[in-house]
Amino acid sequence: MTPYVEAVDITKHYDGVHALERVSVAAHLGQVTTIVGVNGAGKTTLLKILAGLDMPSAGRILIQGRESSQDELRAHCTMVFQRSVMFGTNVYNNVAYGLRTRGIPSEELSSRVESALVLVNLDGFEKRHARKLSSGEQQRVAIARALALERDVLMVDEATANLDPANAMIIERAIEDSARSRAVLLSTHNLHQARRLSDRVIHLYRGQVVEEGESPRFFAKPQDERTKLFINGELQF
Amino acid sequence: MDLITEGILRAIDLILTGDPEVLSITALSLFVSLVGTLLACLWGIPISAALALRTFHGKRILKGLFNALIGVPTVALGLYLYLLFSRAGPLGYFQLLYTPYAIMIGQAVLVTPIVVSFAASALESVDPDLRMLARTLGASEFQTYGVVIKEAFWGVVLAVIAAFNRAFAELGIAMMLGGNIRNLTRVLTTAIALETARGEIALTIALSFILLGIVMSLSIAINLARKPAP
Repeated sequence: MTPYVEAVDITKHYDGVHALERVSVAAHLGQVTTIVGVNGAGKTTLLKILAGLDMPSAGRILIQGRESSQDELRAHCTMVFQRSVMFGTNVYNNVAYGLRTRGIPSEELSSRVESALVLVNLDGFEKRHARKLSSGEQQRVAIARALALERDVLMVDEATANLDPANAMIIERAIEDSARSRAVLLSTHNLHQARRLSDRVIHLYRGQVVEEGESPRFFAKPQDERTKLFINGELQF
Repeated sequence: MDLITEGILRAIDLILTGDPEVLSITALSLFVSLVGTLLACLWGIPISAALALRTFHGKRILKGLFNALIGVPTVALGLYLYLLFSRAGPLGYFQLLYTPYAIMIGQAVLVTPIVVSFAASALESVDPDLRMLARTLGASEFQTYGVVIKEAFWGVVLAVIAAFNRAFAELGIAMMLGGNIRNLTRVLTTAIALETARGEIALTIALSFILLGIVMSLSIAINLARKPAP
């Protein structure tokens, strides 16, 4: 089956740093693909390139097997960042922003905003100022904002890092629900989360893919020594 | 001391009774400085957006230049513009010297660095991740500028008010390019200078009250209208 989005031999160098070196990853509709790795492994850089927010130094990104420009990538993908960034307005306008830029009619817009907020248990928060919410609530707004767009690919970069278990659980549930109709690419260094959510897992180490596979096999029988060490919490970086 | 007290009382009387000369000088001052500031915004805000949001060679030098130009002596700038507008100068054909238009252009040139530097600082202070967020939510590059300008709105307004206050309160350019001609180019600052020399203390105090009142009221009003960032 052709992956929905695929990175082929992606290399990224900047300021003398080799952030990614010939990285190839793929994500399929209806699946959660998780990129795991220690801090600085290149996870965020890879997701930004896949989301059309950064240019690779070399390599290609394919959508449904066809090479795609950054504009095309942004039309198919949306990304939730590790640090929740809020527009200086209320929750409703934050979630509605992307729908407005696409000229969605107001009735449909309202219904999509409401549905997205229900998914992250934030119905009733519409008029609250987004920047006055707690960090967990802000991250849930960020997830709702991305889900409201109904893009085919959702990328989530360490979205539950530093969140309490209750907020993290709500976000994980929303990601699981959304993966039924989307390709989800998740980046995390939280192995428990990766185990719970993933269909496939990719281990990125110093800008290179060192191992990938189906989630149960990846965690039960890792092949690469660095992956074994990472899973056991013994990998030095 | 009596002279000052008498001057203040007479000044209050001139303002409260709406003395025609005081009103006409004030109206011309406001009009000239408003147009000068708007002209500066016309090119200053796009320049500030380019400096804050785009990457290009020489950007730092350009920013440094605008910052340095904030402190340019108005007399020096007035002299160069005088030479430019004078009959024998390159723009002499337009006969702008000693007209309100010359003051407007001079003030626009004077306050452009204020608009550019202050507005660029306000735009640069906006979280850079907001543009990336807008991009991933489907905004075009142009729309991301809108996001940044909206976030920096009050900072840009403060830049415009600072520019207006500078234009409104400056003397050198108004004197050299306007010539302080009664009912044509006499503005508050040139009138204050002239009437002080003539010993018309009451009129001088009245005009200075108006000058200070407008400058301070604007700054206070903007600070009151500005909501604290959450």
